[in-house]
Amino acid sequence: MIRLFNVSKRFGGKLALKNISLDIEQGEFIFISGPSGAGKSTLLKILYLAENIFEGQVLIDGMNLSRISSSKLPVLRRRFGIVFQDFKLIPSRTAYENIALVLEAAGQKPGFIKKKVMQVLRSTGMEKKANALPLTLSGGEQQRVAVARAVVGDPSIILADEPTGSLDSASARAILDFLTEYHKKGVTILIASHDLHLMKNTIQGRIIEINDGRIIQKDILP
Amino acid sequence: MRHFLKRALADIRSNKILNLITIITISLSILVVSVFLLFFENAGRVIESWNQGGRAMIYLKEEFNVDMLAQLKTKINSLGDIDKMAYISKTKALDTLKKNTAFQTTFLKTLKDNPLPDALEIKIKSYKNFKTVQTLAQNIKAIDIVDDIEYGQSWLGKFLKIFNLFKITGYSMCGFFFLMALFITANTVRLAFYSRRLEVEIMRLVGATETFIKAPFYIEGIMQGFFGGVLGLGALLITYLMVSSEITQSLASYVHFDIRFLSVKIIMFIIFSSTFLGWFGCYLSLKQIFK
Ligand SMILES: Nc1ncnc2c1ncn2[C@@H]1O[C@H](COP(=O)(O)OP(=O)(O)O)[C@@H](O)[C@H]1O
Ligand SMILES: [Mg+2]
Repeated sequence: MIRLFNVSKRFGGKLALKNISLDIEQGEFIFISGPSGAGKSTLLKILYLAENIFEGQVLIDGMNLSRISSSKLPVLRRRFGIVFQDFKLIPSRTAYENIALVLEAAGQKPGFIKKKVMQVLRSTGMEKKANALPLTLSGGEQQRVAVARAVVGDPSIILADEPTGSLDSASARAILDFLTEYHKKGVTILIASHDLHLMKNTIQGRIIEINDGRIIQKDILP
Repeated sequence: MRHFLKRALADIRSNKILNLITIITISLSILVVSVFLLFFENAGRVIESWNQGGRAMIYLKEEFNVDMLAQLKTKINSLGDIDKMAYISKTKALDTLKKNTAFQTTFLKTLKDNPLPDALEIKIKSYKNFKTVQTLAQNIKAIDIVDDIEYGQSWLGKFLKIFNLFKITGYSMCGFFFLMALFITANTVRLAFYSRRLEVEIMRLVGATETFIKAPFYIEGIMQGFFGGVLGLGALLITYLMVSSEITQSLASYVHFDIRFLSVKIIMFIIFSSTFLGWFGCYLSLKQIFK
């Protein structure tokens, strides 16, 4: 369902991704690992078209990303739930409003939005902070709001860029368990993280290791 | 919709000063424009009322006699659209004069000859167009037997000259203020947009359509335009209430005339225009930003 063929990405003269080819099936749990600067974020950004200039082909559910029209782009992005490395929470809006935005943009009804948002706030343990502005929250709390926002729209693919980066190991564990629940419901999950140790403790999935823009290993975890 | 409104209001609240300046600029522009409209509407009515509904007097030469009347009437009728035509012989004119000016009867009685000319009173159909009236009058005057025609040409001409001068000034002022308000609105939207760049980027990333992103900006622009228009008209109304009775009083000795406020139709038109202006400013600046 996600197919990359010979994808390369250049920033100025520097290649951030080199000839990446990759097949990801519906319902897979993928870890993209590698040191900082390896190209993990760049790979995810190409998938949700935050980087739209690249070489090679990317197909998502049969849609060719190089040929997607600007009117189809929002439709594509709504399939994704994205946890951004820098969270990307709107500073002038409360945790609740940040999460609700996804559903408002999708044209959902107010009653449904309220129910849904409260539900993900509860399941991420952030219900007490619903009306807090992002900057009054700790890094870990912001991360949980970001995760809550990523799942609120019932996406078919979750892309998480260092979703446990600001968390202690217990909270990191909790987030991974949380995402695992979605995996069990059939959601495809891609997590980019430099923390290999964390991934090794996860029950199922595949680790794709990249370094310096190249795939060096495509492993299945035991 | 409620959601967009909420966002637009939140943005207006967070950029109070900028929005206030925009609304004030728009309302000042609307004030200037509506002052001119008020002037034109009333001046137009002055012309109409002084024009006495297109009445004109045709004074005939002394050689005239009643036998020529039928032929003259046909001739005048062929020159233009005439509503009514009434012959007033000099005898009748003198009688009327005697009746109406009671205190001067002694003077009039002493007259041996009737000094008044024979006349035709006509009513011109399309009298609102001064040019038509003027041309018609000139053509009538060119008839041999016609001595003169009186339709208030001298003062009307002068008045119209001033009126037209005002009109040109008015149009250019209106244009200037319209552009200024448009520019300010567009600029406000641009600033609002840049102050929310991050927000817009995030909205895009979570799958918001361009319409969804732009809608609050449009609402903001439209509200600025609308409230600017209402405020400008409000200021005009207050000014009107303060000065109109004074002007009417000072004019009372010359002409019975009261200044009227803009008609409902024009008020609606102004509010619609200023709302449109808010929308258009927004449209221009978003078009520039999103291209
Ligand atoms: N916008 C950018 N402009 C220039 N270089 C970039 C940009 N984004 C990423 N890079 C470079 O691309 C490489 C990969 O970056 P990134 O994908 O963020 O790595 P990772 O997420 O694995 O830490 C790095 O060398 C980084 O400096
Ligand atoms: Mg990264």
